[in-house]
Amino acid sequence: MKTYVVRRLLALVPVALVVATVAFVLIHLAPGDPASVIAGPDASRDDVQRIEKQLGLDAPLPLQLVRWYGRLVQGDLGQSIFLRKPVTDAILDRVEPTLLLTLFAMAVSVAIGVPAGVLSARYHNTATDQAVMVVALLGVSIPNFLLGLLFVLFFSVWLGWFPVAGYSPLEYGWLKTLRSLVLPAFALGLVQSALIARIARSSMLDILREQFITAGRAKGLSERAVIYKHALKNAMIPTVTIIGISFAILISGAVVVETVFNIPGLGRLIISAVLRRDYPVIQGVVLCIAGLYMLINLAVDLSYLIFDPRVKYQ
Amino acid sequence: MSVLALPGRATAVRRAGPGWLALLSRRKTTMAGAVIMTLMVTVGLLAPLIGGDPAHMEVAGRLAAPGRVHWFGTDDVGRDVWSRVVYGARLSLLVGLSVVVLAIASGVVCGTIAGYYRRLDNIVMRIMDGLMAFPAIVLAIALMAALGPSVVNVIVSIAVVYSPRVARVVRGSVLVIRETAYVEAARALGAADLTLIARHVLPNCLSPVIVQASFVFAAAVLTEAALSFLGVGVPPYVPSWGVILAEGRLYIQQAPWLVLYPGAAIMITIFGLNLFGDGLRDLLDPKIRGLATERQRAA
Repeated sequence: MKTYVVRRLLALVPVALVVATVAFVLIHLAPGDPASVIAGPDASRDDVQRIEKQLGLDAPLPLQLVRWYGRLVQGDLGQSIFLRKPVTDAILDRVEPTLLLTLFAMAVSVAIGVPAGVLSARYHNTATDQAVMVVALLGVSIPNFLLGLLFVLFFSVWLGWFPVAGYSPLEYGWLKTLRSLVLPAFALGLVQSALIARIARSSMLDILREQFITAGRAKGLSERAVIYKHALKNAMIPTVTIIGISFAILISGAVVVETVFNIPGLGRLIISAVLRRDYPVIQGVVLCIAGLYMLINLAVDLSYLIFDPRVKYQ
Repeated sequence: MSVLALPGRATAVRRAGPGWLALLSRRKTTMAGAVIMTLMVTVGLLAPLIGGDPAHMEVAGRLAAPGRVHWFGTDDVGRDVWSRVVYGARLSLLVGLSVVVLAIASGVVCGTIAGYYRRLDNIVMRIMDGLMAFPAIVLAIALMAALGPSVVNVIVSIAVVYSPRVARVVRGSVLVIRETAYVEAARALGAADLTLIARHVLPNCLSPVIVQASFVFAAAVLTEAALSFLGVGVPPYVPSWGVILAEGRLYIQQAPWLVLYPGAAIMITIFGLNLFGDGLRDLLDPKIRGLATERQRAA
């Protein structure tokens, strides 16, 4: 098992290398000379040269790449051009709302998705099942930002239950924070719960066809015991994978939903950086999210070791 | 059909059986999806006939509620929302189709190379893994930041994001097919690699690729809308559902129709694509029904 963990960690290295290279290439993809693109059309020669120096764009390309890897290994993401502070600081300033929103949305999606999927599988091919599945298909058809806008319209504009937009940081009390995140978290989480419900249902259905379920029923176990003790436990394996992947999907979804609700998180940070051509910030946020994504996928794979003792890794 | 059936009879049975179109139309939900898609394509193609000029401004009639003249109302500079939504369908169609063509083409090439030439497999797939390590929308935003706002760049960015996903599916199929007896037989007869790939390997990967195409189309429409909504997609003067929603967000209290109509358009389109895609998948890929597809959808 230990060798498996080590092997998985080593397998991350080439992927991380490609990720870092893609982030590096971003700045050179823009047509024309990167420094003048960043400086904008009305910048002076001096400005362009200053940026060129600051970003080390005057060095030959291979050297730039090597320096880039070197800095990343040390956790240095460079300086923001517009905010005039280290990119890592800019990211840390904005990470709280994004992380809280993601966790809240995660709770929503699991709390709704898993029971809906299990219910649907238990009452397979009945009206309950079909109703859940139609709602779930509708759910996967609504983009999260649209659902967010509709929530604002119904719950904030028409009913006045929640603030239209904005975020209250934790330091002003967690209840206020929670209230400011209810609509965004549901907008984000409901879409994902539709996906989780579909997966929970099909993995439940797969398990219910297994022989040990028939055996359980044959020895006279109650349907409750069969479903909740024997089937659910086994059906959770694929579901946990999806819950893990969901976290990654939700983080990137948060990037979009933040715009709907004007939440000052990583999403607003990267979008404003794109509009200002603040490439170090764009690279930093992209790397940060991709890194998180990779670690979560690793954690999901390793979690099999706990959830499924049958899985043995050499 | 029994295993002992003569080959001649088998073909006769197949010929007498329903064609794939007939099979597809058997399920009501698939048909509903097909109808919605046809509607969208028709609206998109006929946009100049059924809609007015999406850029025409009537500042005097700004933020007018839906009525007889302006079915879907007008926006903050007095443009007709109906015309903009109709032209938005055209843009979604254009982006969806172009992304499918680009992503499938590059995905098939990379996937085939990785699956067929085992020496290149490692390097090609590590690059694909690296690209897939980015969440789709984040990579698309980053690419748009580098390329700049334009319709072509939106198409290219989304295609780059989704082609590794196609490549992975194609590689999987190629790996299986290249070991089959008929490929071995063709190779024994002296067929060149390219002939083998074009005549024997690729045609047999077609089903999963078609299924992927329906996923990619829906994802492309969604991603374009999201990018444009965020202000990093198509330039603001192009009528896109995402752009209309972004403008509508600012006037959501006075003019909810700016959000409701383009929103409904997105929802109905994606719903139709999903219904149709599910039907297509069940028909073409009976083996991966259930869990595997759900996972694919998630990825």
